[in-house]
Amino acid sequence: MRFMVIVKATPESEKEGALPDPQLLIEMGKYNEELVKAGVLLALDGLHPSSKGARVKFSGESRTVVDGPFTEAKELIAGFSILQVKSLEEAIEWVKRGPNCSPGGDYEVEIRQIFEMEDFAPILSEEEIQHKVKRRAELPNQTASK
Amino acid sequence: MSAADPHHATHHALHRTIEAVWRIESARVIAGLTRLTRDVGLAEDLAQEALVAALEQWPQSGVPDNPAAWLTATAKRRAIDLFRRNAVAKRKHEELAHELEAFEQTSPDLDTALDNTIGDDLLRLVFIASHPMLPTESRAALTLRLLGGLTTDEIARAFLTPEPTIAQRIVRAKRTLADKHIPFEVPRGPELAERLSSVLEVIYLIFNEGYSATAGDDLMRPTLCEDALRLGRILAELTPTEPEVHGLIALMEIQASRTRARVNSTGEPVLLFDQDRTQWDQLLIHRGLTAIERALRINSSRGPYLLQAEIAACHARARTPSETDWPRIVILYTELAQLTPSPVIELNRAVAVSMAHGPQAGLTLVDALASEPSLARYHLLPSVRADLLYKLGRHAEARTEFERAAALTRNTRERDLLLTRAASCETDPTDP
Repeated sequence: MRFMVIVKATPESEKEGALPDPQLLIEMGKYNEELVKAGVLLALDGLHPSSKGARVKFSGESRTVVDGPFTEAKELIAGFSILQVKSLEEAIEWVKRGPNCSPGGDYEVEIRQIFEMEDFAPILSEEEIQHKVKRRAELPNQTASK
Repeated sequence: MSAADPHHATHHALHRTIEAVWRIESARVIAGLTRLTRDVGLAEDLAQEALVAALEQWPQSGVPDNPAAWLTATAKRRAIDLFRRNAVAKRKHEELAHELEAFEQTSPDLDTALDNTIGDDLLRLVFIASHPMLPTESRAALTLRLLGGLTTDEIARAFLTPEPTIAQRIVRAKRTLADKHIPFEVPRGPELAERLSSVLEVIYLIFNEGYSATAGDDLMRPTLCEDALRLGRILAELTPTEPEVHGLIALMEIQASRTRARVNSTGEPVLLFDQDRTQWDQLLIHRGLTAIERALRINSSRGPYLLQAEIAACHARARTPSETDWPRIVILYTELAQLTPSPVIELNRAVAVSMAHGPQAGLTLVDALASEPSLARYHLLPSVRADLLYKLGRHAEARTEFERAAALTRNTRERDLLLTRAASCETDPTDP
């Protein structure tokens, strides 16, 4: 299963033209490398401050564009990554190992599961699974035939 | 559950956390312990004991800051205890002394020792789990168990095999490795290529086992694709200069990108050309194409996995079937056929040739396969031939071939489709 790891913004990440601290970049690089080596990191991107973005508000048929910046840093997103792991708990474990991107302040990282095909597929009952296991076991040379 | 019994809920959550930690750490712990004990079976048993200890102790003490180090240290203490007991019972003193000495050398700073050599140990573990001495199915089970962190039960469900069978396979495999004194090492020189291909074969087998699962299957089966991809990605970082490893990953990523489109809402398979390409996962395609580039940067010679990946990439890049770069696919199949000659690859090449250079060119190649004994009962041969004859306007011959293909296939839906096409030959006014 896949999770989107959403790193919330901080006042620093929202600053115009602000680049992260070099030491922090090294730590983040090391952490991301660990994720790659473990085979769990699928994608990763950082976002410019909201001053370079816009919002499109939907109301019935009307669309209103609001240019950034936006207030309420903690409601904003500063970056995201996509992890492929076995459980929410595993995603949590990986996220907890990351460096603090805002050593002085507080911020949050939100973990959300991505919809996959299995979420829409019918799931077999335990009985049906056991039936399949039994039938499969009767076949000669299951995996060796490949 | 959580509202009525908070203690139970907390305990359950912690259990799942420990499982997650195990998933992350187990391969590294087992790899490190195998280097210390020189016995992968023993290493795994010790790691399991450490896991049991964690399940007992962490609910009271909390999850330690460095769970991998905790698990390794716990397992190592048990190993030392075990060696002391065995020394009294049967082991030669000098052998024991040697082993304990090895322990002493690594004990001052286990973390550093682990960090420095962990990549090597993991790679050694990859190679030993896929050792060609073991039957293919045991290699798959052992790889999932030692490197994927899967339980025997999970492996059994994924392979639709009873749990005791899988358990027995793993036990036998470990015993074989011990009895034959298979060294815990990364093969060098000419042996490396052969051993690496054995590893890649196992990973691709695991992937295909998951890929062949249908929508209604137990969820453990489709997740095998993810397990295989994870193993492949780990391997790619351990052996970054091996083009075929990146080739295999590219092939798996691109195939996995079609997961959503390759079955319809009732779980029936959808052929490549009938798939809704907007459903293809562009992130995985992008990762696949990147892996191909990575392989080609190492050197320009292409192995079988990279060639198959490049063929898959030709389809992935085409937004509609008509945009497919068939001349390129012909070149790739020709290269693949030279590298790994097989009638099935030759048949695929014939299809590509017909798409690139017209049905007559394809038919010439297909006719050359007519006497191939291994294809005598392969329904795709008459099926492809029928399609080409139909395109050439030779409808009477096409009908006979469609019917022959229908008689050979074991898939009822496919049979219906072939018979429908056979019938369409009959009613066509252009039939000579």
